Amino acid sequence: MKLHAISLRRIWAVFIKEFIQMRRDRLTFGMMVGIPLLQLTLFGFAINSDPKHLPTAILSADHGPFARTLIAAMRSSQYFHFTGVAPTEEEADTLLKNGEVQFVLHIPEDFSRKLLRGERPDLLVEADATDPAATGPALSALAQLMDGALRRDLHGPLAYLSPKPGPVQLVLHRRYNEEGITQYNIVPGLMGVVLTMTMVVITSLAITRESERGTMENLLSTPARPSEVMIGKILPYIAVGYIQAGLILLAAHFLFHVPMLGSLVLLMTLILVFITANLALGITFSTVAQNQLQAMQMSFFFFLPSILLSGFMFPFRGMPEWAQWIGEVLPLTHFLRMVRGILLKSNGMAEVWPNVWPILVFILVVMLVGIKRFRRTLD
Amino acid sequence: MKRDELVIDVEGVTKRFGTRTVVQGINMQVRRGEIYGFLGPNGSGKTTFLRMLCGLLRPDGGHGHCLGFDILTEAAAIKERVGYMTQRFSYYADLSLEENLDFVARIFGVPKRREAVQQSLEKLGLGGRRKQLAGQLSGGWKQRLALAASLIHSPQLLLLDEPTAGVDPKARRDFWSELHQLAADGMTVLITTHYMDEAERCHRLAYISYGKLLASGTVEDVVRQAGFETWEVTGPELNDLMPKLQAAAAIEQVVPFGRAMHVSGKDSAGLQAAIAPFQVDPYRWRPVPSSLEDAFIGLMGSSEDNFA
Ligand SMILES: Nc1ncnc2c1ncn2[C@@H]1O[C@H](COP(=O)(O)OP(=O)(O)OP(=O)(O)O)[C@@H](O)[C@H]1O
Ligand SMILES: [Mg+2]
Repeated sequence: MKLHAISLRRIWAVFIKEFIQMRRDRLTFGMMVGIPLLQLTLFGFAINSDPKHLPTAILSADHGPFARTLIAAMRSSQYFHFTGVAPTEEEADTLLKNGEVQFVLHIPEDFSRKLLRGERPDLLVEADATDPAATGPALSALAQLMDGALRRDLHGPLAYLSPKPGPVQLVLHRRYNEEGITQYNIVPGLMGVVLTMTMVVITSLAITRESERGTMENLLSTPARPSEVMIGKILPYIAVGYIQAGLILLAAHFLFHVPMLGSLVLLMTLILVFITANLALGITFSTVAQNQLQAMQMSFFFFLPSILLSGFMFPFRGMPEWAQWIGEVLPLTHFLRMVRGILLKSNGMAEVWPNVWPILVFILVVMLVGIKRFRRTLD
Repeated sequence: MKRDELVIDVEGVTKRFGTRTVVQGINMQVRRGEIYGFLGPNGSGKTTFLRMLCGLLRPDGGHGHCLGFDILTEAAAIKERVGYMTQRFSYYADLSLEENLDFVARIFGVPKRREAVQQSLEKLGLGGRRKQLAGQLSGGWKQRLALAASLIHSPQLLLLDEPTAGVDPKARRDFWSELHQLAADGMTVLITTHYMDEAERCHRLAYISYGKLLASGTVEDVVRQAGFETWEVTGPELNDLMPKLQAAAAIEQVVPFGRAMHVSGKDSAGLQAAIAPFQVDPYRWRPVPSSLEDAFIGLMGSSEDNFA
């Protein structure tokens, strides 16, 4: 009697065992639920790529109406929060240097006079530009509001001073996220980040633990085949992955009001593909790692580029070409495009397919390596 | 069983790790219903040999059959019918006794699984503690759990790797009566041990050192193969006598046994010449049959270093 077919009974046996162990390991189980919640709080509430209300000091030698108009316009843009008046240049310098203010607005003595004479007076804004991301949006808003602000004051006989419209009328449509709400981009992406973080680590540990505790020797002396052990071990974690994804989707809908335009069924199906990719990688790591510590390190080593080069943290198109190539290999990159596409742009299968097949290729390659290594570790 | 009565029948089994040959051309034949002892110093390759028999390791050389199946090509079939108890406890510390047994029973597809698990727990005398986690058991109880688990699918061959290490004398005696009962019912047992009294309870033995089989057969066969002549000396201040005896080339081993000392060597004439100067009052000398332990220590000393 030769048994070469995969046995569902043995997969089920491994599944039940793994499930009991997972449930009993309170810390790990807590982490699997805790990590999505923590990340939601961190990234969902704390991160904002469009910072407003930045502290600004005024160093003004002109208190005429034009200066007041400008200040009022800046304040109403919400980007600038005037914290006080700096009496001298030195003090303005100190404020910037100490980081007490982000900007210093210099209004020269003869600002109003020069303006009225049509001499194009200087208006100096000094910015603490150590973090370009912090000052960028405020500065670009400033350039735009300058023209509009003075137009209202320069009417009647002064109208000739008003800035002329350019030769081209620029029309901007911010599509899919008109208000530019950071959360719309981040929260769906978090699903991928959390799954990458937990699925790879947990599976890589699940198998190394068996070798480290010596239970692998026993398992391999039974008729259980490597593929049965692998499948039995993966299945409970797929369920965990869905719980995590579900938690984040609920939060996205109820807490962050992220639009969900596309098909949720399609999304749920593709989540399975993505979870499988991460689980397969975790298993492959575990066949290479000698112990649980190494498995952790390898998972972390993979997690870092995933979060940095996938387009989650930084715009993908802003990266140099080599970094984009690395990014294209990572499942997270494609998953982010899929999730954002489905939720925000109501993409269908046809639109997301270019991001599905690279993940499938990834799974295939990683599985082949894993199964090859798993066979070898029998000896 | 396809082949007559030989449950284990292997020839020239060899295993190398890197450049080191850990098991060198071992032949072994074990009949059905036999309890076969496998002895040898630490690191001599006992565990490695057992692992090759049950398909955990692939031999680098040799061939043969286990339960009538080819050890090289039919490992899957062998695994179904063998109970292997590992040297190190290898069940799940975070599963209860019942869950551990249940898992093994599921993997092997034991018919009437629940009943089998209950029976096994009762026999262990652990029915009341079935919910206890295996990791919380004492060392000896872990061994008993492991034995119960390796028996749950009623294997035809039992491979036991130092099953009684750390088990108390009473439990050890119970364990051996159970083994003999199982063997009487037709189960074959290959067992490694470092205990002499256990070795003497086996039907036959093999002694391995540095991966080579040095002696095999019944206890008497093994003692004879070791080829030792042993004299027992009694008298006062034996401790002073010991270094003087050890200095003689023909005396290979001097072992204190309580108030007596065993002096043995392979070269009978040389041995007698060497002890002649000390055959004076107050020492009393008499020839004794070599014990199994004498034979083993002698075999151990005559083989090469295991740690090279
Ligand atoms: N996986 C392995 N890789 C390399 N060397 C190994 C491996 N397993 C065992 N060895 C070596 O093979 C030799 C035999 O080991 P084995 O465990 O078979 O000895 P043993 O007779 O069971 O010893 P003990 O009585 O201490 O249990 C040892 O020297 C050991 O270092
Ligand atoms: Mg051993």
